[in-house]
Amino acid sequence: MTASARNTQAFITGVYDTAVGELPGSCCMGLHAEAALGAVADAGLTMGDIDGVLCAYSFTEPHLMLSSVFCEYMGINPLVSQALQCGGATACILLMQAMALVQSGQCRHVLVVCGDNRMTGMSRDAAVAALAEVGHPQFERPYGISVPASYGLVAQHYLHHTGSTQEHLAAIAVQTRHHAIRNPKAQRREPITIADVLASRPIAEPLRVMDCCLISDGGAAVVVSAAAQARDTRKTSIAMLGAGQGHTHEHIFAAPSLIDFGCKRSSQLAFEQAGVKAADIDVAEIYDSFTITLLIELESIGFFERGEAGPAVLAGALDLTGRLPCNTHGGLLSYAHSGAAGGLFHAVEAVRQLRGEAEARQVHEPRLAFVHGDGGIMSAHCSLVLGRI
Amino acid sequence: MQRPVPKPSAETRSFWDAIERDALTYQVCEACGKVATYPRGVCGHCHSTRLSMRPSSGRGVIKTWTRAHRAATPAFKDHLPYVISLVDLEEGFPVMTNVTGVYAGQVAIGDAVEVRVVDRGDGVKLLQAFAATGAKV
Repeated sequence: MTASARNTQAFITGVYDTAVGELPGSCCMGLHAEAALGAVADAGLTMGDIDGVLCAYSFTEPHLMLSSVFCEYMGINPLVSQALQCGGATACILLMQAMALVQSGQCRHVLVVCGDNRMTGMSRDAAVAALAEVGHPQFERPYGISVPASYGLVAQHYLHHTGSTQEHLAAIAVQTRHHAIRNPKAQRREPITIADVLASRPIAEPLRVMDCCLISDGGAAVVVSAAAQARDTRKTSIAMLGAGQGHTHEHIFAAPSLIDFGCKRSSQLAFEQAGVKAADIDVAEIYDSFTITLLIELESIGFFERGEAGPAVLAGALDLTGRLPCNTHGGLLSYAHSGAAGGLFHAVEAVRQLRGEAEARQVHEPRLAFVHGDGGIMSAHCSLVLGRI
Repeated sequence: MQRPVPKPSAETRSFWDAIERDALTYQVCEACGKVATYPRGVCGHCHSTRLSMRPSSGRGVIKTWTRAHRAATPAFKDHLPYVISLVDLEEGFPVMTNVTGVYAGQVAIGDAVEVRVVDRGDGVKLLQAFAATGAKV
């Protein structure tokens, strides 16, 4: 890398995630505050150093201007404050935006912060109903569409056309749980088998409850710093080497394909910018709202050929010593999913892996990590390549 | 509690007016000839506003389906389990439909179907897919 390229690079200098799962007494802004202060302290900075704030959205404390609410709550007056919503792609897109803000010189230290108490702050029915609003109000929702049903439509099609099976989907749930068992913070740590997954309650065929992500309380935050400022921070700075997005549709009935999605383009753009290939990645943290989500992404991004990810997962390819250690914290399936913070947990884990802080779940000396978020029904995608340089 | 009811906008009113007459229609761009996935104010391909609605034969193929065992909203709980399908119509546009009755237990990807307008049971007319006449169901 040339010196000038390095000088314009963005670095992740601080990360933090709160406890996750069922957190009685938690609230949206409280989780934001804890995560923000934690990430800023992890970087060795103070809130006064933060000159950019990027937020997402909340189900329990919804607001048109969540970043303004957060800055008011914290008593800070950054140069840049904005909130954006792209469903599950939001965390990665916020990080890509933070990258642009420090690379362009508009900010020195950008705080990306997300959190929500979806588990204790609302009922499960209310969470499912709120998520169902991604369905088209005229052409989908009258038929009873929900997010799980939409992914059921995707899964039925994908299995039919690629030869993957429900056992392959189950293997993803089991592997992800296996990772979570090594993570004392994970929400679900009891061992499960493929038979358990296949016998679990059907939700939207072919998906069963163990194919679906959790609903959790929790928050996370990441500090992105410009190269010059990253030198002064406390821990090993992690370079943001590449980023890309891919957008093909919002509503599943209008998707141009149920096989090829925007993750192909977003990852290609991120790999190209970083100057690396899928095969170079040492550890991957990829959005796993459902087992099918991860299966499709693994194949579309190029980590596995079409139809080969399932058998590879069964053979242990995603485990710590496998070909592509993936979702080492336990993912949305077993670690936690608390809205936009769910996607940010993947990024926090990637940074911990690259810093060598992942303890019992540490991959052996990774240098390149891949992080991916998917919003809507495989609708909006954002990929990041992070590196220890 | 009522299941969601489609609320036509100025751009989709003619589609829903046709549904009230039990007819399925679709939108075509008069400038580029492309078929829209759903009716809107500008063509999603060439951005022309010269758009027109045409009648569909209703003939299509099941692209995918799912049987929901969890309700999207509490209003759907009394209807569980229910089948949702995506159908590709022969004119080149997609629709979401429900599938009910005997065929709901037999629906499969690639099936030839007829999409018809049916009262959902609460006075709301929506699309439903039926095994095509002459098909083995």
